Amino acid sequence: MTDRRENSGATRATGRRRMYIWSLVLIVAGSMALPLTGYVAVGVLNAQEAASDDSNPRADYWREVRGGVAGYSAVTGQETDVLIQNGGQNWRQVRNGPVATYGAWVLLAMIGILAIYHLLTGGYKMPDRTGRKILRWPGIDRFIHWYTAVLFIVLAITGLSLLWGRAVLIPVMGKEGFAAWAGLAKPIHDYGALLFTAGFVVMLLKWMHHNIPKAYDLEWFAKGGGYLGGGHPPAGFANAGEKALFWTLVFAGGAMVVSGLFLLFPNWGTERAGMQLANEIHGISSLICVTFVVMHIYLATIGSEGALEGMISGEIDEQYAKNHHPLWYEEVMQGKGQGQVQSAGAAPSPAPAAPEK
Amino acid sequence: MARMKFLCDAERCIECNGCVTACKNENEVPWGVNRRRVVTLNDGVPGEKSISVACMHCTDAPCAAVCPVDCFYTTDDGVVLHDKDLCIGCGYCFYACPFGAPQYPQKEAFGVRGKMDKCTFCAGGPEEDNSAAEFEKYGSNRLAQGKLPMCAEMCATKALLGGDGDIVSDIYRERITKRGGRPDNWGWDTAYKKA
Repeated sequence: MTDRRENSGATRATGRRRMYIWSLVLIVAGSMALPLTGYVAVGVLNAQEAASDDSNPRADYWREVRGGVAGYSAVTGQETDVLIQNGGQNWRQVRNGPVATYGAWVLLAMIGILAIYHLLTGGYKMPDRTGRKILRWPGIDRFIHWYTAVLFIVLAITGLSLLWGRAVLIPVMGKEGFAAWAGLAKPIHDYGALLFTAGFVVMLLKWMHHNIPKAYDLEWFAKGGGYLGGGHPPAGFANAGEKALFWTLVFAGGAMVVSGLFLLFPNWGTERAGMQLANEIHGISSLICVTFVVMHIYLATIGSEGALEGMISGEIDEQYAKNHHPLWYEEVMQGKGQGQVQSAGAAPSPAPAAPEK
Repeated sequence: MARMKFLCDAERCIECNGCVTACKNENEVPWGVNRRRVVTLNDGVPGEKSISVACMHCTDAPCAAVCPVDCFYTTDDGVVLHDKDLCIGCGYCFYACPFGAPQYPQKEAFGVRGKMDKCTFCAGGPEEDNSAAEFEKYGSNRLAQGKLPMCAEMCATKALLGGDGDIVSDIYRERITKRGGRPDNWGWDTAYKKA
């Protein structure tokens, strides 16, 4: 014991310092906390008062009604025991406000930008075709693309009819005419959605390996994809723009599909709050998808010569591959094009066959 | 023109569901559709209160604001009605309505909604007044016959009042002044309670 005490002279000093600090902390904390006990006393008194008949049961009742508290109702069914559900007003404001308004502006802005771009540049032209073809999209890929694409367009037209039809189509078609169209559009949208989802999921899964982001994709974006002049930036099978479209479709499209399923099946028992949220998500994500798809349609048709034939015949011109997908072109030339080998009919190999159609 | 209103006196409603029954009987609504319902909060606890609720015929009706086919209209009496010939059963009015008034007869499998049905304040629909077509789609048109909604007329305790808003509020004002006791106003505690 004595040894220890002698040896721990320094320790004792530390211990004393710790004691000082702790007592200081205690005093400070106590001096702050003790005066607050007055509030506790008042709080206890108030609580007793509130429990007495001084409280206003009617006020409490209406507060509960307004707060959406569930009670009992002899009429059975989902949420029949709730007098007021507050979410509807917010949903109305979001849907009729930002979703319908900004959605329209964003889509119109995209169409306007593409129109101006096309008027200024005339789109990308490919004057230097080699005439040799490379197989880019096998039949199964083309089928899944057009299957999903046609359904997407049908769903976009029917869905946007329900969002904007009242403002845009009723003045043109009249209420009866538009109601007839909307009455058709709704079931088409409902059943088409299921067919679309099947194709959409298969398409995204099948093409995911083409769309893994790579470092050179940043250079593609930095060069504006080559659309603003300045040569062709590096790109693999899918260029960075196509990858951006792909991942937008994965995330926004995924949100669109999932929220849509909730809206499609009221019998799953989603309550009103859930339905309101699902509708907001469905509107926003769908508008994002539609906006991107509009850009995709332009860039894959009149915006870029030679692109569309790849999705029609499956084969693209050698020059197109060289320009837009140089890294993929090299892979194909080296014979490791991930199944996308050059077509036998027009092999752009060292011994090229005669250019044929 | 009168501005039609419903008012349910929570101090009088005894949760007998007579209004619900009267409505179903008068309008012959389809199975599963309830245009009116009674909700009791704190059921079985001293101080429990009940309210009968249906379409409240809002001035700025949320259902009308969100309807994609714009099938709602407000009559000169301030009653919110809808045209079932235009309705496509999308369910938006149900998402927007705070009172859960819009109802849908189940049409097919998977919860597909039929055309929306709701309280008409016993004022029918756009069809010719008291025609067979109107009755089949919307139920009774008592207003055209000079009568008030069946639910309010049948209420045994006169908790549920329906009619011209000025008269309804006169009746209610008279009631609460005679009822006496401490002030009932919502927010009285917040405003005047001594700390």
